[in-house]
Amino acid sequence: MSKIWDIHGGIHPAEHKALSLGGPIRTVPLPPTLILPLSQHIGAPAYPVVGVGDKVLKGQLIAAAKGFVSAPVHAPSSGVISAIEEQTVPHVSGMKAPCIVIQTDGNDSWIEHSANPDYRQKTAAELVALIGDAGITGLGGAGFPSAVKLQPRQPINTLIINATECEPYITADDQLIRERAADILIGIDILAHILGRPERILIGIEDNKPEAQQALASALKNSGNTDNAGAIEVVEFPTKYPSGGEKQLIQILTGEELPSGKLPAELGIVCQNIGTTHAIYRAICHGEALISRLTTVTGQACGKPGNFEVLIGTPVAHLLKEAEFDAQRCPKLIMGGPMMGFALPDTSVPIIKSSNCLLATTAEESPPPPPAQACIRCGHCAEVCPASLLPQQLYWHAQSKNYERLEAHHLADCIECGACSYVCPSSIPLVQYYRAAKGEIRLIAEEKRQSDRARARFEHHQARVEQEEKDKAAKREARKLAAEAAKAKREAEAEIAAANPQAALDASPSAGANDSGELDIVQAALARVAAKKASPEDQRKRFERAIETTAARLQKAQQVLAAMASDDSAEQQIKRDQQRASVEQARLRHQEAKNKLAAIETDQAANGPGDIAAKPATTNTASADPGLDRAAAAIARAQKNAAEQASMSPQQKLQKQRDALEKRLGKAQTRLAQAESEGSEQVEAFNHAVATLSEKLKAADLELASGSQDSGPAKVQTHTTEDSN
Amino acid sequence: MTELSSLELLLTAVLALVALATVFGVILGYAAVTFKVEGNPLVAQIDALLPQTQCGNCGYPGCKPYAQAIVDGEEINKCPPGGQATIDALASLLDVPAPELDAEHGEEAEVKSVAYIREDECIGCTKCIQACPVDAILGAAKLMHTVIADECTGCDLCVEPCPVDCIDMLEIPQTLADWHWQTPLPPAERFARANSDSNIIATDRAA
Amino acid sequence: MALTRNSSPHAHGPRSTQWVMQQVLIATVPGLIVLTSFFGIGTIINILIASITAIGCEAAVLKLRQRPIGFYLRDYSALVTAVLLGLALPPLAPWWLAVTGTAFAIIIAKHLYGGMGFNPFNPAMIGYVVLLISFPLQMSAWLAPSGLVIDGTVAATPGLRDALQIVFAGNAIDGFTAATPLDAFKHNSGLLVENFYQQTPQFNQGRWAGFGWEWVNIAFLLGGCYLLGRKVFTWHAPVGMLGGLTLMALFNYDGGSSASNGSIIFHLLSGATMFGAFFIVTDPVTSATSNRGRLIYGALIGVILFLIRSWGNYPDALAFGVLLMNFAAPFIDYYTPPRTYGHGKSGTIIHRSKED
Repeated sequence: MSKIWDIHGGIHPAEHKALSLGGPIRTVPLPPTLILPLSQHIGAPAYPVVGVGDKVLKGQLIAAAKGFVSAPVHAPSSGVISAIEEQTVPHVSGMKAPCIVIQTDGNDSWIEHSANPDYRQKTAAELVALIGDAGITGLGGAGFPSAVKLQPRQPINTLIINATECEPYITADDQLIRERAADILIGIDILAHILGRPERILIGIEDNKPEAQQALASALKNSGNTDNAGAIEVVEFPTKYPSGGEKQLIQILTGEELPSGKLPAELGIVCQNIGTTHAIYRAICHGEALISRLTTVTGQACGKPGNFEVLIGTPVAHLLKEAEFDAQRCPKLIMGGPMMGFALPDTSVPIIKSSNCLLATTAEESPPPPPAQACIRCGHCAEVCPASLLPQQLYWHAQSKNYERLEAHHLADCIECGACSYVCPSSIPLVQYYRAAKGEIRLIAEEKRQSDRARARFEHHQARVEQEEKDKAAKREARKLAAEAAKAKREAEAEIAAANPQAALDASPSAGANDSGELDIVQAALARVAAKKASPEDQRKRFERAIETTAARLQKAQQVLAAMASDDSAEQQIKRDQQRASVEQARLRHQEAKNKLAAIETDQAANGPGDIAAKPATTNTASADPGLDRAAAAIARAQKNAAEQASMSPQQKLQKQRDALEKRLGKAQTRLAQAESEGSEQVEAFNHAVATLSEKLKAADLELASGSQDSGPAKVQTHTTEDSN
Repeated sequence: MTELSSLELLLTAVLALVALATVFGVILGYAAVTFKVEGNPLVAQIDALLPQTQCGNCGYPGCKPYAQAIVDGEEINKCPPGGQATIDALASLLDVPAPELDAEHGEEAEVKSVAYIREDECIGCTKCIQACPVDAILGAAKLMHTVIADECTGCDLCVEPCPVDCIDMLEIPQTLADWHWQTPLPPAERFARANSDSNIIATDRAA
Repeated sequence: MALTRNSSPHAHGPRSTQWVMQQVLIATVPGLIVLTSFFGIGTIINILIASITAIGCEAAVLKLRQRPIGFYLRDYSALVTAVLLGLALPPLAPWWLAVTGTAFAIIIAKHLYGGMGFNPFNPAMIGYVVLLISFPLQMSAWLAPSGLVIDGTVAATPGLRDALQIVFAGNAIDGFTAATPLDAFKHNSGLLVENFYQQTPQFNQGRWAGFGWEWVNIAFLLGGCYLLGRKVFTWHAPVGMLGGLTLMALFNYDGGSSASNGSIIFHLLSGATMFGAFFIVTDPVTSATSNRGRLIYGALIGVILFLIRSWGNYPDALAFGVLLMNFAAPFIDYYTPPRTYGHGKSGTIIHRSKED
């Protein structure tokens, strides 16, 4: 008998284990549908490798692992994939998550699978791969992929098999050991083989399971073929909750504390649940993936509680029927034990790999929590805390959301066992406070990470915009300098030419040879600038010309159209349509040119030429920093909107939104018209935009109408009061 | 004689005080120089607390400019994306009372959102790309654009510039991965609710 | 089917705050019996007056605070405060003494700080100190324990009618009072302890530490052991306090000279020592949090108790000691966090934010 150590704290809740230990393991008839969540484990969800309508066989891979910490999912029975959709999953949140739904065909026909009873011939890596491919996760409740645990970086000297099952009510492991101890021992031998034959193999079991201990002891005696049987030791220790926690069990069996944030492997320890060990035996020696497990169905609301060999994915309702569940008497259905389990939202959710217990308690058995009273700081919580935390201090800090102090008080080391809430005389839901705070801390860390990224990206963005502006400015500067130099040169040349034409003629080719490239660019740029800065007269001339040409084109197009009108064949009709469009286009262009001309004329009339000359200059300076400018404009808009929105009633807001939509629709329509007139390829896109916008507008109108109906009386009220005043 | 002695007393007292003042002055001066705490880069500290959406709702072209403005005396309640949590954090950093969010700059969104481009409607005008403060939109002229959802801060600065209105702000739905328990209601609120929901307090249940 | 959902655990232990408070009330019974047998009906009258006042005040304040009255009254915390204060007051004190003290304790010391669980100071001790400072005369008028022979007359406690008249009508109490052993000892002028004991009736008729009072203390010790046995609190705070007092008495014991501060047994069985150790120091709300912290908290109360008894102005000093250490409790907490599983040696929790 090896030495055992005590853990700090712990409680002794009523066990209620006899309830479900009445008979042998029972089987469940094949359910018509199986619901298999893609995420039944800790880590990345699996991804489906089958499609809706596919026929699958029992044990066939239907969803593959994604990444290192993940686990695949297999079809627990043969049938047809009827859906891959969001379904309510057995999760504490009661939320939906992606699931694969199988309509079973009743044949329960296996896919071809190969057994490896001679596992000792295989390498550890091969066996670990087999275990990973079988989708085995920790069956004790947490659901950590087993294959990951079996690839420690450190040498392992102790293998701990967790047969503690310290939660009240649950007897699945107890029953499993009683009936299948020999298989379990082979599973342990497989683990020992994978881990390179650790010096010690300890099966930790509480002293409230004498039958299971007996079964293990006799199986150990009978197991002639396991040559390391001597190394396996069944260690019994006093019953206390939560001895089954991994950290606690390690402390009980080895006396060592797992340093905060470290893995057991770093102490040379690997811990596996005994149910998982059995699943590993099935996977290796029979080639069966993890498609069923032992689940305790118990509680006073069950007529025939017991342990069931149940297919993963079986709806809870189907399983409860076997245990003669009385829904009338059960106000709360718990998956898992009473200490760490969670209440199910309804009975349609499936059994998953980590579902070790279904607890259907009556109201008398597990009364609703009494209203929380004030904390009297009695300190019982600290006395029972297996992690030696100060639960009441954590409670105060969690209440005031003081996350830094919470971290300083090692909130992260809380295993959420619930012992503190159990003993709290004021019935404060302490664990919920810790869970909320942990979640919040996680969220804050995530937000911090995201905002740091956003900051870096924003800074890079800013730097880039600045650099672009700088480059542009530098180019402008260079052009200006070049232009000036060229001008100076020309003047000089002109002077020289005036003084000495011959010399100029001689000199110019050489100068041209030197500078012609640069000179050309400069001249082109100058020409462009000149064109842009053309005097109003020039512009007017240009537009007048444009009007003339467009008018001519329009006329021509109309003539062609008129000529076409006589013929009525289909081909002609299309052509005529096209022609009509081009007429329209020509007309628009003509109109546009006219408008522009008119605008220039009025401008000139109103402002005089000086202003027009000044205008481009102002625009230039304003857009010197287009990036910032745009941002500033957007900001101004956003701000204005926000300000207006804040001061408005919902009705006004709706109205405002509607107006904005209308404006945008108007804009879109003009854009569309423009695009059409230009025959642009984007007509389609603009058309769509107009359509969506007008739909939105309609919706807004409707909402507005309903809103105004609601607020109608209120308005009347105001009016009457005004009247009375 | 008595006059003299009282004068002497006065002198002694004055001298003693002067001596003490000098000594302490020297000590304090020395300490001020030797133990001088390097000025915290307060702007960086404030910037670290801001949500980095770069949305400009505060009236500054980004979070860092707003952080600088706060150091220069701007109000701390102009950040709707950060909401009350950010205001509280800023207030605790600057040791000032935490004001309410200034509604003039917008309201705190309950659910975060990301921009989403309806890609078959996008005409590739690059306007949204230019508007995005964190370069979270990918694309090129005349080619379809798309939002890198993980990098989008939900500032919605890209919605307005889009000429074909193909950008939606989609709320990020909660998933199992980011779900967590809510803190139980503090006692005071429990009692406030007791009036409406009689199942919260045992005594009210009986009534 | 409507299934309710709340966070685990879904099971709850048998204990409730009511149960804890009831246990404390039960544990005061031996002390109350002995007090009554020595000092008459006065203590019971005190407790009754205080209880009625406490429940009235509690209800009134809860009403003002818009809290459910029945729900909070049923936690018995107001009653415990009243009973503890009633036990501490001198028997046959005028009725308004108990009323003032209790009202102050409940309204000011408890509810103004936020009610049960939020009060930084022990309400009963606040009430006691307020009375001690405001009404020193009434607060120091202790009866002579019945059966004590002083100058040939056997002291007796007044009967019910007399008692009621003294308490409510303000009849004179002078005929019944005598110095408590602590008082007497404090006024020992110049005698060796041995001689002083022989000459003073309070001591020469007592067995260890003064007639009557030694039994009162033993009775409270019994009650305290009951609470320890029911695991209402841990041993740390009481043992700390008694240990601190013992050590101080031991170090200062000079073999019984005329300037003696008293022997260990004298201190342990005098005045409010045991009452304080098991009923006041163990008040969880106002004491330190961790076991180590409670040991220190208790020990320092013991030290202060001895200091004031020996060199202070008051013959007994439990209330002062407790209140002073109430001040210090958060400080002690700060330096005595337990060592968390998987962490190195426990140290202070390091400040990481500046607002703390």
